[in-house]
Amino acid sequence: MTMQPASTEITSRTAAIIQELKGLEGPLLPILHGIQEEFGHVPQDALPVIAEALNISKAEVHGVVTFYHDYRSHPAGRHVLKLCQAEACQSMGSDAIAAKLKQLLGIGFHETARDGSVTLEPVYCLGLCACAPSAMLDGEVIGRLDDEKLDEIVAEVRS
Amino acid sequence: MIPRIYIPGDSGALALGAEKVAKAIEKELADRGIEAKIVRNGSRGAYFLEPMVEVATTDKGRVAYGPVKPSDVKSLFDSGFLTGGHHKRWLGAPDKIPFLARQTRLTFARCGLINPLSLDHYKAHGGLKGLQNAVAMAPAEIVKQVAESGLRGRGGAGFPTGIKWKTVLDTTADKKYIVCNADEGDSATFADRMIMEGDPFVLIEGMAIAGVATGATKGFVYIRSEYPHAVAMMQKAVDVAREAGLLGVNVLGSPNAFDMEIRVGAGAYVCGEETSLLNSLEGKRGVVRAKPPLPAIQGLFGKPTVINNVISLASVPIIMDKGAAFYKDFGMGRSRGTIPIQIAGNVRYGGLFEAAFGMTLGEIVDDIGGGTATGRPVKAVQVGGPLGAYFPRALFDTPFDYEAFAARDGLIGHAGITVFDDTADMLKQARFAMEFCAIESCGKCTPCRIGSTRGVETIDKIARGIEPEKQIELVTDLCNTMKFGSLCALGGFTPYPVMSAINHFRDDFKPAPVAEAAE
Ligand SMILES: Cc1cc2nc3c(=O)[nH]c(=O)nc-3n(C[C@H](O)[C@H](O)[C@H](O)COP(=O)(O)O)c2cc1C
Ligand code: SF4
Ligand code: FES
Ligand code: FES
Repeated sequence: MTMQPASTEITSRTAAIIQELKGLEGPLLPILHGIQEEFGHVPQDALPVIAEALNISKAEVHGVVTFYHDYRSHPAGRHVLKLCQAEACQSMGSDAIAAKLKQLLGIGFHETARDGSVTLEPVYCLGLCACAPSAMLDGEVIGRLDDEKLDEIVAEVRS
Repeated sequence: MIPRIYIPGDSGALALGAEKVAKAIEKELADRGIEAKIVRNGSRGAYFLEPMVEVATTDKGRVAYGPVKPSDVKSLFDSGFLTGGHHKRWLGAPDKIPFLARQTRLTFARCGLINPLSLDHYKAHGGLKGLQNAVAMAPAEIVKQVAESGLRGRGGAGFPTGIKWKTVLDTTADKKYIVCNADEGDSATFADRMIMEGDPFVLIEGMAIAGVATGATKGFVYIRSEYPHAVAMMQKAVDVAREAGLLGVNVLGSPNAFDMEIRVGAGAYVCGEETSLLNSLEGKRGVVRAKPPLPAIQGLFGKPTVINNVISLASVPIIMDKGAAFYKDFGMGRSRGTIPIQIAGNVRYGGLFEAAFGMTLGEIVDDIGGGTATGRPVKAVQVGGPLGAYFPRALFDTPFDYEAFAARDGLIGHAGITVFDDTADMLKQARFAMEFCAIESCGKCTPCRIGSTRGVETIDKIARGIEPEKQIELVTDLCNTMKFGSLCALGGFTPYPVMSAINHFRDDFKPAPVAEAAE
């Protein structure tokens, strides 16, 4: 399991991120992105710090965090695998790819493997629709997924 | 002259192994002690040939090879590819490759050709002329040119860009904004991504022109988080542009101030809707705003705001360079200029094809796309992303034109086309359209928020053979409610894929006898 930082530490690291980005016009999303990058998720303890710094209610911050699919409430696995499930990838068999991958990894979408190796997520288009089906592993793009590439991916996340 | 090798850094090419090819070429150069310059260009958009490596030769111009695998690299060197030698991956001059030769490249003229971060390359290939002309003109004159070009928004709605700009120009305020919608969430679309990764300066130039034309001094590009490569490229390009005085207090030395920032979305499809995007930029939930007020009058932070799609803005520099009449000369009816058609999914020759409006759907899918990748018959094509209709072959004579598609209960949207072969199950596609709407709904309207979930359940009943005719009536009714009772096109247009699937592919909505017998 990933270690959760103590709440005082979250507070101070959050404050540093806010300090850096507060001057932007509409700083909330950049701040949340910064926090997620720092902690791998958006910790509950960060919300009151943001609310106070931006002079908005904690409920408002919470509302924003929960609106967007990107922000996690819990840490992800060591690797994050996003599998495209949108139409162009469907036309090239992304359903079967998803089924196979779930079986290989032993997890479903929005789940993290027990050993913490990987989190599997659906994504709706990566702009790689002319090389479908596609995926993104830790920010690296992969097109024309087939059995061979799936095996490579599984080997990589397990290593 | 040391040889120059072009290896695309475009994410589509990377997804097909361009990085490994680049590494292999670097290693081979080192092993052989050859000095060469490697340029990471964008993609020309012929993804069936990616990774497509090009070499600039002294006598034959650019010579292309593709699709190149790392295992090809040794033999490429052995065949003398640095001087354009023959090899099984040899493609010849890129602009003679039929898929590229048949295009009319106005917006994408430089994409795949130049080093995306070299302003010198950009200028050498016609860049900045539009902005140079614009800073010498009165704002109203620029707006007039854009209006006369006939340019309509490429983000989906097809609203005339000139009219939008005029509203912002005519509204007085202490601050105005240019917002570029780079949320590109539609499946089958990647034109915005390609231009941001392959020719970012054309977007920056387009936004600067929009600023000069309307009196806006600040621009934002809102890029979806699924595009990390585009984000990185735009960020670098903005820095280069600022350094070069293209952005800043005196754009190209003129009295006009314009600067811009790159912002990243957070994975909400609905944030491509313009008012939702503005809320998101302001740091709020990406809920759709009711109109009026128009964003052109009260947009970002309540200020007059031009919000345009990437391709709309990237098409402005050529209009300001060559003139409205030049651009308007391409196209048909009220659809003027060119449109980057993105051919995707189960298709043999997938990629970006920029052409004047007016080609038929059949020409695009069969001639240009070459039919399916699987070699099976084409069953359906979805045009315009997840909110676009499914077209059967019977409608392949529809010309690529906003009005012609509307007349057939469809839409062009952001001009993405997904091809499906005859194994596609259109009931499943209709179900997905409802499911997608349910996942991505901003939650403001009942028909969209609740209706989509009811839609999924009802279609599931059809699949199970429970009173299918009655359920189809129910779905039809529900689609009507969504169409007329939704605030934005997410709820309002989801009926397009659903009803087109039902109307054109009714057989798929009949209970399957085999499946029933098995139960
Ligand atoms: C649900 C939804 C998603 C949209 N997504 C996008 C998008 O990703 N990119 C885009 O340019 N326009 C998108 N639009 C259209 C925008 O609302 C708007 O029409 C467009 O940004 C205007 O720019 P244009 O006139 O240059 O096309 C979307 C609309 C809806 C309803
Ligand atoms: S139609 Fe759907 S996405 Fe659009 S405003 Fe209504 S609830 Fe939001
Ligand atoms: S639909 Fe999968 S990458 Fe676009
Ligand atoms: S405005 Fe949302 S249902 Fe009427």
